[in-house]
Amino acid sequence: MREGAGHSAPDSKLLGFWHVMKSMMSRPSGLIGVILVLLHVTIAVISPEIVPYDYKKISNILMLSAPDSSHWLGTDQLGRDVLTRVLMGGRQAIFVTAIATPVAVMWGGFLGIYLGLVGGRKDDVMMRIVDALLSLPWILKMLLLIVTFGTGQTVLIPTLAFFYGIPVIRIARVATHDVVSRDFIQAARARGHSLISIIFVELLPNVRDALLVEGAMRWSWMLLAFSSLSFLGFGATPPNPDWGLMIADARGFLVVAPLAGLAPVFALSTLIIGINLTADALAKTLGVDRARKASPA
Amino acid sequence: MTQAVLLDIKNLSVGFRGGQDQFVSILRNINLTVHAGETIGIVGESGSGKSSLAFAAMAYFKSGLEAQSGQVVFNGQDLLQENDSAVQKIRGGAIALIPQNSGQALTPTMRIGEQISEVLQLHSRYRPEQFRDRTIALLGQVRLPEPGILIDRYPHELSGGQQQRVAIAMALAGEPELMFLDEPTTGLDVTTQAHILKLLKDICDERKTAMVYVSHDLGAVAQVCKRIVVMYAGQIVLDGSARDVLQSPAHPYPRALLKSITRLSEATIPQALEGRPPMPGIVPAGCAFADRCMAAQDRCRTEQPRLVKLANGQTTRCFYPEEPKLNAARGTTRPAELDPDSFASQSDTLLAIENLSLTYARPSLMDQIMGRPPQGVPTVDDITLGLARGETLGLVGESGSGKSSILKALAGLLPFADGKLIFDGTSLSRRGTEDRDRAHLKMIQLVFQNPDDSLNPRQTIAQILAQPLNLYFDLTTAQVRQRSEELLEEVRLGPRYLERLPSQLSGGEKQRIAIARAFAADPQVVLCDEVTSALDVSVQAAVLELLRNLQRKRGTAFVFVSHDLAVVRALSDRVAVLYQGRLCEIGTSQAVYQAPFHPYTEALVHSVLEPDPDFSPRVLADDIVELGPPAQGCAFQRRCPKHIGEICNTTFPPWQKSRDGHSIRCHHSLAALADGFTDEEQPYA
Amino acid sequence: MLKLLVRRILLGFATVALVSVIIFAGIEILPGDACTAYLQRDAQGQRLENCRQELGLNRPVVVRYLGWAGSAIRGDLGLSANSTKTISELVGDRSRNSLLLAFCTLLIGLPSAIFLGVLTGLNRDKPIDLICSTVAICAMTIPEFVSATVLILIFSVWLAWFPGIVMTSASAPALAFFPEIILPSVVLAMVMTAHISRTVRSSIIEVLESDFVRMAILKGVPYRLMVFRHVLPNALLPAINVIALTIAWLMGGVVVVETVFNFPGLGRLMINAITDRDLQLVQAIALIVAVIYVGVNLAADIVTLLLNPRLRTSMMRRS
Repeated sequence: MREGAGHSAPDSKLLGFWHVMKSMMSRPSGLIGVILVLLHVTIAVISPEIVPYDYKKISNILMLSAPDSSHWLGTDQLGRDVLTRVLMGGRQAIFVTAIATPVAVMWGGFLGIYLGLVGGRKDDVMMRIVDALLSLPWILKMLLLIVTFGTGQTVLIPTLAFFYGIPVIRIARVATHDVVSRDFIQAARARGHSLISIIFVELLPNVRDALLVEGAMRWSWMLLAFSSLSFLGFGATPPNPDWGLMIADARGFLVVAPLAGLAPVFALSTLIIGINLTADALAKTLGVDRARKASPA
Repeated sequence: MTQAVLLDIKNLSVGFRGGQDQFVSILRNINLTVHAGETIGIVGESGSGKSSLAFAAMAYFKSGLEAQSGQVVFNGQDLLQENDSAVQKIRGGAIALIPQNSGQALTPTMRIGEQISEVLQLHSRYRPEQFRDRTIALLGQVRLPEPGILIDRYPHELSGGQQQRVAIAMALAGEPELMFLDEPTTGLDVTTQAHILKLLKDICDERKTAMVYVSHDLGAVAQVCKRIVVMYAGQIVLDGSARDVLQSPAHPYPRALLKSITRLSEATIPQALEGRPPMPGIVPAGCAFADRCMAAQDRCRTEQPRLVKLANGQTTRCFYPEEPKLNAARGTTRPAELDPDSFASQSDTLLAIENLSLTYARPSLMDQIMGRPPQGVPTVDDITLGLARGETLGLVGESGSGKSSILKALAGLLPFADGKLIFDGTSLSRRGTEDRDRAHLKMIQLVFQNPDDSLNPRQTIAQILAQPLNLYFDLTTAQVRQRSEELLEEVRLGPRYLERLPSQLSGGEKQRIAIARAFAADPQVVLCDEVTSALDVSVQAAVLELLRNLQRKRGTAFVFVSHDLAVVRALSDRVAVLYQGRLCEIGTSQAVYQAPFHPYTEALVHSVLEPDPDFSPRVLADDIVELGPPAQGCAFQRRCPKHIGEICNTTFPPWQKSRDGHSIRCHHSLAALADGFTDEEQPYA
Repeated sequence: MLKLLVRRILLGFATVALVSVIIFAGIEILPGDACTAYLQRDAQGQRLENCRQELGLNRPVVVRYLGWAGSAIRGDLGLSANSTKTISELVGDRSRNSLLLAFCTLLIGLPSAIFLGVLTGLNRDKPIDLICSTVAICAMTIPEFVSATVLILIFSVWLAWFPGIVMTSASAPALAFFPEIILPSVVLAMVMTAHISRTVRSSIIEVLESDFVRMAILKGVPYRLMVFRHVLPNALLPAINVIALTIAWLMGGVVVVETVFNFPGLGRLMINAITDRDLQLVQAIALIVAVIYVGVNLAADIVTLLLNPRLRTSMMRRS
């Protein structure tokens, strides 16, 4: 006698991409988050085509002017159109971080998985080094490299990718530990599968979710770092439009032309909030426990 | 004889709001009356709602659950209508709960004494300066050693059995009229379980407390309760005296359940109860049990039966409560000798284990410098066993016996500290799977205890079965698919299971997949690590039958590990008994389960609970916690009721052998052990 | 338990040693040294050689490391390239200022964080939780320089309640920093509260779902008693680590806020040292911050060890 079916028809394409997207966007917070992110990325990409002015065009007459029909958000201290610069202000930041984030997650993830699997002395030594590295303030680590090798994307991208990949090692290692103790990994070992096979076939699909959520968060931390660096003068360089730079410039003129400062603030904040909301919704959809997240860097 | 009514549950329905605002019922129309001093057992499997009933009776609802209708009347008050502070006065005081897993249920940051004193503070009339003495007295009543010291300990410093006793003391502190027990002995060793049950029975006899004992274990319930209530799919299906329910139940479900339980006295695989309980919330058109019932008629499928009181005193929810006249023979009898149909006629040894020794200790720095193995007493020592082709060897023991470790070492997951493993003439590496070649790995396969854990949740069944097929054989995709379907057929699941995910299957189905996966490699030896322990009782028999059939068909040998003596006896040809990683006794299953016994085997055998109201377990060994095997002498020296003297503590006991391969490791002679019984005759022949 | 403590302390020392090696090695690898920074364009040929000879920069690496480490332990961190003061003096003032800022931040932030965390955790998904969580997310995602700028705009420019820039010099007495220190503390406290309250909230939610809280409820323990006796001790323990990390962050990672408010703390000193290529100073600051980080974590571990009964007695029972 056969066993009865009992259950509804499955979707064996377990949590495929569209399924995840749909599920994330079914929550209001997730929907807002995804929309914000998409909006920002789109604007970053097409902004050179749609902006009314040249972002570097200085004007000696129209400095710090109030918003009017020709300059919707007014002009900054060098007479440049604020709207143009705000729309283009995310380009470099998004470009740099969008490359550095996957690199960080990949190298940190693989090292973390490897350490989680292999354990023993290598793991101990490596974690001591990681702890030691994490004990130094992020600004110190990054500035040392930037000041030595110069600013510019070729330095910023690997620097960010390297230093922001280190916490990923920890996350990946913990996620691996959680999975490795489970019997199906032991079963694969007992059958005689190779280590590579176990990593890719058994382990990775189970660790992938934690890494994805962490990746989303990493992107937001990296954007914050890039903006902070720009603010301090070590990230994007003038005359490039960058939100961090703009905020730094506008600091002295807040009384006179608040919009020149508030506009980039608004832009940066909405992007980061969008990413965070997306990461939160992603975590809830995938069932990743983010309760024990430590602070950034 | 009518005692006062303590608790009256009337028409209670409990559930939660699911998607689309539908109400999913966990409990439906429960009617239950508890009288003062009564002991009631509530029996059911997973999904029956029995635990939810105990909590609902205390007016406790997990977040999301709510009472849809009904009343819970205690001493005249409806607890569901009362406000919080009124309910709080009753909980912990007049009604107390003894939880399932006391280790988790005791607050880790508070000392034992403080947690018990909390109950005294809330519910008793003792003054604060009297708390300490009273707590020590309570701890003594639950037979905890050195209560004056234990009172200042933290929960994690106690063993499982001790934690459970503390929970009982905490319940008694409020001087309850009614106690609810939620599977209080699940997870405890068999010998510990016997002790706790005896304690509970004594307490109830003494104080005349009413007790509601919730469990899936009919044997445990039979010990303590005079009345049994059987639940199925959120409803009560049978209510009667323990004797009636256990010996002649007036409902097909408990009838089939009793038939499907393995019993120590019968060395057979019992008759399986097919199918599985319905998912919570699904309200069937007719009787919930109809699709699994042997005696189901058309009426059963279309009309819902109501509770009816019968002339013989039982209350049943069935249209046809009398036992049908088909007298199916109970199980398939298993002759004591090896079955001639199986391939085991040649008794050549397939797997030989010689002096196996294992340790979990990591080598210290000193050891590494000196290049020597880790020092200290090995976790498992001196195991010599043989497995013939097509034979089933059972390994029996409680926690700490090392039985699972031995299996892992055989599979190559644990390196040997010492000893040899010889498979079909070839010595296998001690270091593990990395060192063995694929042909040998293929020949030995492992099935794990917990099917939730042993299947990759992110893989479909097809992918799971494809793993061994692709690893060991050179097959095309089409061939892999065909083989997978054949394997599913062999474990009696249809091909549509291939596209499913493990999360969509029941425990029994998942375990079948795990077994199919093991057999996909076409192995000669399958190692079974407590494969039925995590399954519902009614499902266990089906899995055992499946294993037997596969063995008959393919001639595979099994090494079957379990703590459940009845299950091991049902399946095994030969049995080895382990204690703290050392062998105590080995022989054919018939020989091991009767005198002469090793003292530990005797204690084990007598702790087994049978669902028989006239049966009483005998507690033979002391309830001491072992922290590890002793460095010298017999492993059982600290607890043995037949302890001779110093010789047991210092010298390893010799093997006492009898003619047909039955050996016992003890300082007593076989003759002395055979006379081990004081005044009762051998219970199991 | 003493053994555990001693082991932990030794581990702390080992980590500091390891960090010091990493710092030293990191600085070594980077092109340039104290002499090239000091001499700048004149850094070539014989003048460079002489300078290096004088400062001992031509000795082998290991010797120089040991020399530096040895002096550091004794409190002598060397000379700054761009100042007449010793590094110890420079760093001493700035460290005190950073400590002051950290203290004020903690004073505001810690109680609010714990209070809000407990409040939102106990009232999950109720309106108060949704409001606070939203605010917390905003505070976490908005960069500090943004919130700093906005707060200056509101409280200093428009309302003129607090000064927006710190004018006090680095070596002034502590009290001179009030009321200028208030706004920066508030900004930092906001970030800190956001993070810690989320952690505390998660911890409380987790503990509320535990078996032992259920047991307490079923023992008839009233709500408030249950929260204080059963929930809080178990929920707040994990927060200790996060608090430690925050303290460490406050000491070395708040460069941006220091810059916005012109606060003379360790962070600003560090940036200046880096841009000026004052390598000795950079090394010294890095070492100090690392020591503080390790020290704070050590303290957190010890506190956790003392408060968590499970860890204390794990030595006694081996399973």
